[in-house]
Amino acid sequence: MSEGNPAAQPLAALGAHAPPRKNGELHFDEPWESRVFGLTMSLHEAGAFAWSEFQRELIVSIGAWERAHGATDVGFRYWQRWLEAFERLATRKGLIAPAALDARADELAARPPGWDHQRRDVG
Amino acid sequence: MSHEHDHDDDHEHGHAHEPRDAEAARLALRAEALEALLVERGVVQRESIDAIVARYENEIGPLNGARVVARAWSDAGFKQRLLSDARAAIAELSLPTGDQATPIVVIENTPGVHNVVVCTLCSCYPSSLLGLPPRWYKSPPYRARVVREPRAVLREFGLDLPETTELRVWDSSAELRYMVLPERPPGSESASEQELAALVSRDSLIGVAQAGQRRE
Repeated sequence: MSEGNPAAQPLAALGAHAPPRKNGELHFDEPWESRVFGLTMSLHEAGAFAWSEFQRELIVSIGAWERAHGATDVGFRYWQRWLEAFERLATRKGLIAPAALDARADELAARPPGWDHQRRDVG
Repeated sequence: MSHEHDHDDDHEHGHAHEPRDAEAARLALRAEALEALLVERGVVQRESIDAIVARYENEIGPLNGARVVARAWSDAGFKQRLLSDARAAIAELSLPTGDQATPIVVIENTPGVHNVVVCTLCSCYPSSLLGLPPRWYKSPPYRARVVREPRAVLREFGLDLPETTELRVWDSSAELRYMVLPERPPGSESASEQELAALVSRDSLIGVAQAGQRRE
């Protein structure tokens, strides 16, 4: 809640590359964005990488996109940049094999529609 | 309460949610695959991801809702306006009112009536007031059970209400989102509006806790 909260420090360190906020609140448009955020923070807190390493990847990822699209392009998605940065770092650290990640994503995509919904009881 | 594995996918079937383009769907799958692989490798636990997301949510999420409640406790006229037209009342505080097409309804807890909110179909939630929905809100057990056995579910959240208290369960949808106006905690008579807002937890705005009550 306060500015001095230690939990906020890694984000503050990102400076101009810090996540989007709305009315001071961290802003996620979709649930996966908060998951990848939590995943990154969690691995960092567990010591899997230094924050500066992630920060570098994020800056590279955002910079590459801006060079390709121009800084004002409306197609910019902050959390996509974050996801890419995290993927690259996790790959470099040997935590993830890109081929395995592609394969798993394909597998998940192949689930039938409605796989996650339970039947509603109709009274 | 215990939680089933929760995929955190956004649901787009049945009732209307923000449309998701193919790229967004691809990113969601990639994020899900990353999480699954790292969890399987044992380098991270889902619980620790939940905890971090919850920490940020609690810190940053429900502040707007808490401000609305604190004002309602301090200003009876505002409370009346809030209960009759929540969107207009929230706008008075210069707070975001979310998607224009989705009305927000505020329901008041009283000594005899306790309200609790769910989205039985997925995870509709007044995010402009409460931030991100907590993971349990989206979990199938909560969504199914709070309708069937609200008293038992609330007890699992640490909220043991007297049998004489009437429980009302409100099912949010894409067309209508609910927020609970909790009862003002006893002993808070002299608190300032800012102090009052600090007593309002996210859980109390969903109705699984009372204001001023700490869960952990």
